[in-house]
Amino acid sequence: MIIENSPTILSVQGLRASINGTEILKGIDLTVKSGEIHAIMGLNGSGKSTFSKVLAGHPSYEVTGGTIQFEGKNLLELPPEERARAGLFLAFQYPIEIPGVANTQFLRLAYNTVQAQRGKEELDPLEFDDFVREKMKLLEMKPDFLDRSVNEGFSGGEKKRNEILQMALLEPKLSVLDETDSGLDIDALKIVANGVNRLTNKDNATILVTHYQRLLDYIVPDFVHVMQAGRIVMTGGKELALELETRGYDWITANKQQDAGVSA
Amino acid sequence: MSAVLQSLVNQPYKHGFVTDIESDIAPKGLNEDIIRLISAKKDEPEWLLSFRLKAYEKWLTMTEPEWQNVHYPKIDFQDISYYSAPKPKKKLASMDEVDPELLRTFEKLGVPMHERAALAGVAVDVIFDSVSVATTYKQKLAEVGIIFCSISEAVHTHPELVQKYLGTVVPVGDNYFAALNSAVFTDGSFCFIPKGVKCPMDLSTYFRINTEGSGQFERTLIIAEEGASVSYLEGCTAPRFDTNQLHAAVVELIALDNADIKYSTVQNWYAGDEKGVGGIYNFVTKRGLAKGVNSRISWTQVETGSAITWKYPSCILRGDNSVGEFYSVAVTNNYQQADTGTKMIHIGKNTRSTIVSKGITAGHSNSSYRGLVRIAPTAEGARNYSQCDSMLIGDQCGAHTFPYIQVHNNSATVEHEASTSKIGEDQLFYFSQRGIGAEEAVSMIINGFCKDVFQQLPMEFAVEATKLLSFKLEGSVG
Ligand SMILES: Nc1ncnc2c1ncn2[C@@H]1O[C@H](COP(=O)(O)OP(=O)(O)OP(=O)(O)O)[C@@H](O)[C@H]1O
Ligand SMILES: [Mg+2]
Repeated sequence: MIIENSPTILSVQGLRASINGTEILKGIDLTVKSGEIHAIMGLNGSGKSTFSKVLAGHPSYEVTGGTIQFEGKNLLELPPEERARAGLFLAFQYPIEIPGVANTQFLRLAYNTVQAQRGKEELDPLEFDDFVREKMKLLEMKPDFLDRSVNEGFSGGEKKRNEILQMALLEPKLSVLDETDSGLDIDALKIVANGVNRLTNKDNATILVTHYQRLLDYIVPDFVHVMQAGRIVMTGGKELALELETRGYDWITANKQQDAGVSA
Repeated sequence: MSAVLQSLVNQPYKHGFVTDIESDIAPKGLNEDIIRLISAKKDEPEWLLSFRLKAYEKWLTMTEPEWQNVHYPKIDFQDISYYSAPKPKKKLASMDEVDPELLRTFEKLGVPMHERAALAGVAVDVIFDSVSVATTYKQKLAEVGIIFCSISEAVHTHPELVQKYLGTVVPVGDNYFAALNSAVFTDGSFCFIPKGVKCPMDLSTYFRINTEGSGQFERTLIIAEEGASVSYLEGCTAPRFDTNQLHAAVVELIALDNADIKYSTVQNWYAGDEKGVGGIYNFVTKRGLAKGVNSRISWTQVETGSAITWKYPSCILRGDNSVGEFYSVAVTNNYQQADTGTKMIHIGKNTRSTIVSKGITAGHSNSSYRGLVRIAPTAEGARNYSQCDSMLIGDQCGAHTFPYIQVHNNSATVEHEASTSKIGEDQLFYFSQRGIGAEEAVSMIINGFCKDVFQQLPMEFAVEATKLLSFKLEGSVG
């Protein structure tokens, strides 16, 4: 929801980043305020995941220009774990498997780390077990995922649910969901979308990276951005996504010059 | 490799210091006279001198093994001093009489042994540069008839037992390094658990190499009679040196009918510096004979130190229904090399063996698992399960697996599983995106990886091992 005078959570200006000397992000501007839901769409390879990972501080990327303010802090000065503890959450497009580490152990450590940061109570294994099981119900996840290794052997859709479970546990200020919808069946999509909707409120914000209107039917964005070759080349309301669905991206390229630079 | 991670790995060795205790060192070199000198110094009976001389003769005919996957400059066996001992002052009646310098060394090592002994109920037979200087809890053990002392002491107090068992599991000419050890061993532990006795506490020895340039040749002999059981802990660490030190120990275990021996090692000798200079050469022969029916020999090792590790704790399963186990974690970092594994020799009927080997390889290090499972024609219904997992940290290290399986009985079942995984930047990034720092992440991944082995260790040891591993690997990832 767009709220008058609500505080800015994220402010990205002129962000440039490269990997192995190849520039991928070529000047991104984006402002996200409390309560808002933003969708980022764009062709494969346009830089959406790169942008997400750069926000989260992935060490492979080099930021070569621009600024990122997160809740008034200079995000670029913080190592990834501190960004996370400050309330930035990334649901990965491809969640990695961590063999040998029990999911419940991992989830509890993550939860307690964030709790400690916020000066809140940490939970022992038994307390956490009760707590996490409640959260899992929200996403209709079976409890046996707790005892399995983190993401190991999880199906594509199960991995995505496990990501949203973590979002539910960590209650981030800003969630970046990178293609959380891909790989989900229709029922799972509804469950996950429903879960996300229950987690969004006026005090936090969400960035959805997606290729499909389908997700946006369930989680209605306030803004839709189109990314192209490392830039946000167009921004509109939720109807822009519908237009992209029918017209594709070609027409934007044609109008790029005049539309570039439009921002929320 | 990210800078944070790199700095974490490269923590200097904590135990690098040399204790200044007057040593009594034999001239360098190996010949019959030196062997006679060692034997005379130790006031040994004639049979032991001939045992040594026989071993020396064998050794002269043998050549240093080259099949292992490790590389090091040729060892000059004539450039090693084969005997060194703190100058005997007087007999020690209690810990209070132990050289305070020595006690301070243990303090630095984090082994406040009097406390440790009292608090944890662990009897510590301290080996300091080849000679036992103190033994605790001997009394308590003696009450149940357990003999736990240095092997040189046992040679005098229980010669018949030593003579009966010494060299029966690892014959003097077994291999190059075992022959060398048999010729020149200076001390080690002796442990005898009589019939039907369950040892009331874990027996523990802290080994320490202390004199630069002196080889260390320990000899350990553990016997569990019918129905007896014992859990033995060996832990070691060494001071920092630039010249390589050879270490060639021999450990023999003998389990009679229904006996059970569990031998756990945490090995943390000086591994050389981050450039690969210095460090211990660790050539060890460890073998257990499950001689009686239903007997069990179980090896658990956490190998983190040494520049070179060459070690294959093995089980000869001779008794029917006997059980052999090998649980191993081997960690190498920087320029360390390890070629380790086990041999399970099935002879008796329905013998069972389990091998769980976890190799963690970081930096420029190189690690090989080498395992032999042999099922003899007599081993009706024998079963083996082997699992060998390697974890690579970074992309400059190497892990290799050499399983040898020889089955000469059709009723046997042999299973082998292997896997290789990697701690990658993306895994660590996943942790950090959830607020978990690299150090904790590595420790969590490694502990998960080693879980099956760590749970075999006695509690205290497991805690130590967990810390040691995190310490060894901190910063090696990224
Ligand atoms: N290591 C690398 N070296 C060079 N180029 C890279 C590297 N990693 C990623 N890229 C390139 O960066 C570009 C952006 O990739 P990114 O994953 O951000 O795209 P995306 O918009 O998320 O695509 P998709 O919709 O397929 O998920 C791609 O062209 C990709 O090939
Ligand atoms: Mg992507």
